[in-house]
Amino acid sequence: MIPVGYFFSLSIVLFVLGIIGFFVKRDLITMFMAVEVMLNAANLAFIALAKAAGSPAGQVIVFFVITVAAAEAAVGLAIILLVFRQKKSIKAEDMRLMKG
Amino acid sequence: MGIFLFFLLAILCVGGVLGMILSKNQAHNALFLVFAFACLGGLFGLLDAPFIAAVQIIIYAGAIMVLFIFVIMMVNLEQGISPEKKKWTLGLSAVLAVFLLVELGLAVRGMLGSLGRTGGPSIGSPTELGRLLFTDYLYPFEITSVLIIAALVGAIVLVKKKEKE
Repeated sequence: MIPVGYFFSLSIVLFVLGIIGFFVKRDLITMFMAVEVMLNAANLAFIALAKAAGSPAGQVIVFFVITVAAAEAAVGLAIILLVFRQKKSIKAEDMRLMKG
Repeated sequence: MGIFLFFLLAILCVGGVLGMILSKNQAHNALFLVFAFACLGGLFGLLDAPFIAAVQIIIYAGAIMVLFIFVIMMVNLEQGISPEKKKWTLGLSAVLAVFLLVELGLAVRGMLGSLGRTGGPSIGSPTELGRLLFTDYLYPFEITSVLIIAALVGAIVLVKKKEKE
């Protein structure tokens, strides 16, 4: 019998860790992984609230989030590969075409 | 027993994400993340969602992270990523993170206690989820399939090398 609030707090911690990872890491692939961590934190919050509300609808939403995350990963990684082919680098500092 | 399992999985999960943030090697990052997602799958199981737990482990820890590892293999930077010279971005992100954590904590402070506890009637059986997916959520389900086709075609068109004429 675990309080559902514990799960919710864990999801907040995971989301903040994902944000830290996104800002601290310098390569595109790991920044992308940090985005996945944030998505998973949101999933955990959804499932915790589904349990609190006693309704499986929240779990269906998580199902959709996972599907969209898979599509996002496929397109995002394709873009990262393209960037690597053009610049021979995946460091975020090297993407400064718009900075002039 | 349940609460012990929760803290074990939560600490392992946060540890995996911290390992991802601290480690310099991208392949290790991906493996840390697989570990964290597997622990998260266990937490979903604790929250009465066995089907989502299985999907999490098969799709996230399996398919998506394998995709990441393939891309890491293709990109293959031998010299690794040099550490960032500007240290102020690190401090700034730490300040931002603390602010965000406090803000989120304040936002949910009042409702955390009223969420109840796990246990009670089971809600996440695969039967129930399947029935919801094909009745109430039929349109989102179909739109998702269109989205996946679009992502598939988009990824192939993006990465395909142009033929030399």
